Amino acid sequence: MMTSPRSELLAGIKAEIPITLGVLPFGLIYGVLAVSAGLPPTLAIASSSIVFAGSAQFIGAQLIGASTPMLVIWLTTFIVNLRHLLYSTSLAPQTTHLSRPWKWFLAYLLTDEAYVVTVLHYQDEKIPLQHKHWFWVGAGLTLWVTWQLSTATGVFFGTQLPASWSLDFTLALTFIGMVVPLCRERPNLAAALSAGLVAVFTFGWPYRLGLMTAALAGIAAGVIVENRQRRKERRV
Amino acid sequence: MNLWLIIIGMGVITYAIRLSMIVMSGQIQLSDQLQRALRYVPPAVLSAIILPEMVQPGGTLDLSLGNERLLAGLIAILVAWFTKNMIWTVAVGMIALWILQAINL
Repeated sequence: MMTSPRSELLAGIKAEIPITLGVLPFGLIYGVLAVSAGLPPTLAIASSSIVFAGSAQFIGAQLIGASTPMLVIWLTTFIVNLRHLLYSTSLAPQTTHLSRPWKWFLAYLLTDEAYVVTVLHYQDEKIPLQHKHWFWVGAGLTLWVTWQLSTATGVFFGTQLPASWSLDFTLALTFIGMVVPLCRERPNLAAALSAGLVAVFTFGWPYRLGLMTAALAGIAAGVIVENRQRRKERRV
Repeated sequence: MNLWLIIIGMGVITYAIRLSMIVMSGQIQLSDQLQRALRYVPPAVLSAIILPEMVQPGGTLDLSLGNERLLAGLIAILVAWFTKNMIWTVAVGMIALWILQAINL
């Protein structure tokens, strides 16, 4: 199959567009929530290009609203975004032929939503590796533009909506929309339930350290249940 | 201002994680066990935020029917389970919360 930077770029854009439909409301909600949490509108908008990671931005805005100390916010960001280590690991072997500036640029675009389509594209061995990174750029930039536009729109509306609308609850609802479908798999369910319960019991801990404790408990529960499943499968 | 520093720090941390393995490709290997553990970060972290938002809206545990966020959250969980659709989940959950708040006034 013949490819060019242009054809790969367009393919990346095309693959990302359906995903942006789900990202649009998420960005809108983030914009609204960030403003209601007390972020100045310029900072709320800037955070979408500085951080460029939806769930971390959501949690960061919530923690800022609760006057959490800076170091705890950074530590929480680290844990929340650790999953990107997986993406970085999985795509690293495909970037060894690229120059350093390319690697730095591609890493900036490595979001959940861009990774999902990019990793599938790399797995297609009929397509030569030569221009595949342009697909990554197409998918990544499409998401970037969507995220900036939807966030900015949300910030604009957020400054005009009254607090009595309880719009801060959209955060929990968005996360429910992300987690519940995952819970059809047992280890995910175990991770979610354990983390949730520990979070409730450690809620009073200072500096929101209960959140991190809960996350670690959930990860441990997921691994334990998965290991048990594997052992069972081996016995069958 | 301090808030800018917080956001810039969050950006640096996020970018460093994304860049790490790409820049050091081949030099470091994550163990299989660690890779598997990382997959449970999203359900664990998100759920650790959701549940307190539902059962401790004012900071104290409230499992009564008067807790609108608990009921609206449970309704949203059902919607998410059956539709797997983000927009429906948020929309129904918010409308449920507004109705419950109006009733409980």
